[in-house]
Amino acid sequence: MKVTIDGIPVEVEPGTSILNAARQIGGDIVPPAMCYYSKLEGSGGKCRTCLVQVSKGSEKDPRPMPKLVASCRTTVMDGMEVKNITSPEVIEARKGVVEMLLINHPLDCPVCDQAGECHLQDLGFEHGAVKTRYEFDRRTFDKVDIGDKIQLHMTRCILCYRCVFTADQITNTRLHGILNRGDHSEISTYISKAVDNDFSGNIIDVCPVGALTDKTFRFKNRVWFTKPVEARRDCDHEKCKGEVTLWYKGEDVIRVTARKDVYGEVEDFICNTCRFDKKKTADWVIEGPRKVSHKSVISSNHYEFTPLPVVKTNPVLMEANKEQFERDTRL
Amino acid sequence: MGRKLLLEHINVPGINTFDVYRSKGGYASVEKALKTMSPEAVVEEVKKSGLRGRGGAGFPTGMKWSFLAKPEGVARYLVCNADESEPGTFKDRYLMTYIPHLLIEGMITSSFALGANTSFIYVRGEMMPQIRILERAIAEAKAKGFLGKNILGSGYDLELYVQPGGGAYICGEETALLESLEGKRGNPRIKPPFPAIAGLYGCPTVVNNVESIAAVVPIINEGGDEYAKLGIGRSTGTKLISAGGNLKKPGVYEIDLGLPVEEFLYSDEYCGGIANGKRLKAVVAGGSSVPILPANLILKTLNNEPRLMSYESLADGGFVSGTMMGSGGFIAYDEDACIVRNTWNFARFYHHESCGQCSPCREGTGWMEKVLHRLEHGHGKMSDMDLLVDVSKKIEGNTICPLGDAAAWPVASAIRHFRDEFEWHVSNGAEAVTRNYGLAHYADPLPKPEVVA
Repeated sequence: MKVTIDGIPVEVEPGTSILNAARQIGGDIVPPAMCYYSKLEGSGGKCRTCLVQVSKGSEKDPRPMPKLVASCRTTVMDGMEVKNITSPEVIEARKGVVEMLLINHPLDCPVCDQAGECHLQDLGFEHGAVKTRYEFDRRTFDKVDIGDKIQLHMTRCILCYRCVFTADQITNTRLHGILNRGDHSEISTYISKAVDNDFSGNIIDVCPVGALTDKTFRFKNRVWFTKPVEARRDCDHEKCKGEVTLWYKGEDVIRVTARKDVYGEVEDFICNTCRFDKKKTADWVIEGPRKVSHKSVISSNHYEFTPLPVVKTNPVLMEANKEQFERDTRL
Repeated sequence: MGRKLLLEHINVPGINTFDVYRSKGGYASVEKALKTMSPEAVVEEVKKSGLRGRGGAGFPTGMKWSFLAKPEGVARYLVCNADESEPGTFKDRYLMTYIPHLLIEGMITSSFALGANTSFIYVRGEMMPQIRILERAIAEAKAKGFLGKNILGSGYDLELYVQPGGGAYICGEETALLESLEGKRGNPRIKPPFPAIAGLYGCPTVVNNVESIAAVVPIINEGGDEYAKLGIGRSTGTKLISAGGNLKKPGVYEIDLGLPVEEFLYSDEYCGGIANGKRLKAVVAGGSSVPILPANLILKTLNNEPRLMSYESLADGGFVSGTMMGSGGFIAYDEDACIVRNTWNFARFYHHESCGQCSPCREGTGWMEKVLHRLEHGHGKMSDMDLLVDVSKKIEGNTICPLGDAAAWPVASAIRHFRDEFEWHVSNGAEAVTRNYGLAHYADPLPKPEVVA
């Protein structure tokens, strides 16, 4: 099936969502996704950041769709034409969604463990407004330990439901879910139940914000001061491949996570033994440093090339700045 | 006086019992459909009648039925949406309380048309008396052989169940209703797939409003063509309107669609005018979710034609000067009503009832409520009106289900039509707490439309 996104044509399998078609093209035209997770069935459609405009429904029925659609849950039709960053309407709607998502978010990035690898930070930076117009108290919750290794900081939650889907699909039992409704809905466990099973740690990885954090890593370090290294071990858990990223500070492994792709989705879910219990270099076979996008704050201080000399006449730098300038002023 | 189709025998004593209902010609449509018609013919009749969904959206019922997928070996379901919780709408409750057999009869006929062998009536949790009434009525019908195995010897089986909901407004949205019926959290599903393809338990399902299903009875009894003669244009048949607010005679009225709004409001046959000799200030024509209109715009359209109670005429002028038929919750406000307070009240309702699944509605409804609360209590700012309009625009159309739109429209329309009242609330903050803005110019005759040569 042929689908055109922002003027770029791509051939995809029938049944692909617009978002995944855009990911096949890659680059700036990929809509951001806060709740969609390709490895979790049924996820998506909730955060509304991936809204796109369908300017032509299909070859058969060329009428445009009346409303903006969630690209993560809309399947492509042959000949569909989609507008993402070329549509001012989409940019405006997305700005609105980002503002809404941040209304009740505490914006405590300076003390949040997720800062630096937070999707909401990226989203706010890329698509958000400079300033909020919200002048009321934000909703707050107390921090809760929902297991011996996981802390829930509900105040930061954007209710993407990813952890609920993870518990349903990756782990054996789900002991947590959404309580209440509207803006007072919250993630919580059954009364006096703790999230505790072999794969429960994955809900930390899928959380796009700092609502679910690793208690063994809490307040240990900022992610951009750590050094990610790919490593592997023979895990005896049948569902875990033992392929992880180790986060070093000096000589110490201070955190273990699953490997994440460019869209922040884990490649393979890992078991809790790998995540929480194997924190010695001796436990692992090191595969090499993890490639981190040069745009990420985590890559700072980990130069893989000689930094360019800062000279005004440097044509390469001017070229790079031009791109950056266009990117910043695009919205 | 218009013809009554649904409420014809409403005043007969004992009409809620099977025997009295039967003696008044009840269950004739079941006999007619099951003995003489094929399911396709029933669907065809409903299509011909032009019946439009009475739950709010006004989608043609016959068309909805014909979209139902019919794969081999998969059960089909009919679900009746009796989760009526829109502020201002109480027609379904009235129907279920006083003439429950009409709904049961409609359910049997409709289920037969759709080939459903199990049907559900999903009733809002607060309506416990109505649930008991319906269950008693079902038991009566079953005892007389109108439900169960081999109904009237036609070989058609139907089981009918009443399911109480948990009392959430969002469960009136059809996919949230199905989720709730399946025993899950009542969150709307993401469409597509539509319920007609994959609904209850993944099977093809039709969800209809109580009144739509009840209207199938006169359609089958008299034929779709006869039904289509009532009403005006594409708004055919009769509609139950639950009139409330500052009226002399509030209540549930059955009207022929196409009745002028002015007649409905002021004639003695219907609402009988505004209570206590006051003047009309504003009207919400179809339940809290539709745009509110000032008195001059509800009685006349922008072209100075009288506005009629029909899907098209009420929507005349789009969102600029029109409103919607909605679910028929007609609320009238007299000159003493405060539109800001009313808008805040509606916003509070939607804030409370938002399911919290998608972000614009979850956060936006709360935001609007807080801003409106501030305006109502005299702490507002002049910029708040533009802020509210902007927030409502960001919600509208960007959500999974129509609750976002429903929350946005009343706020946006109140500011569109009553902006000076909002501004007065800001400039005279202290005074606004103690007295109302009054009628102002909201009932003034509309300016003559400019003649374009």
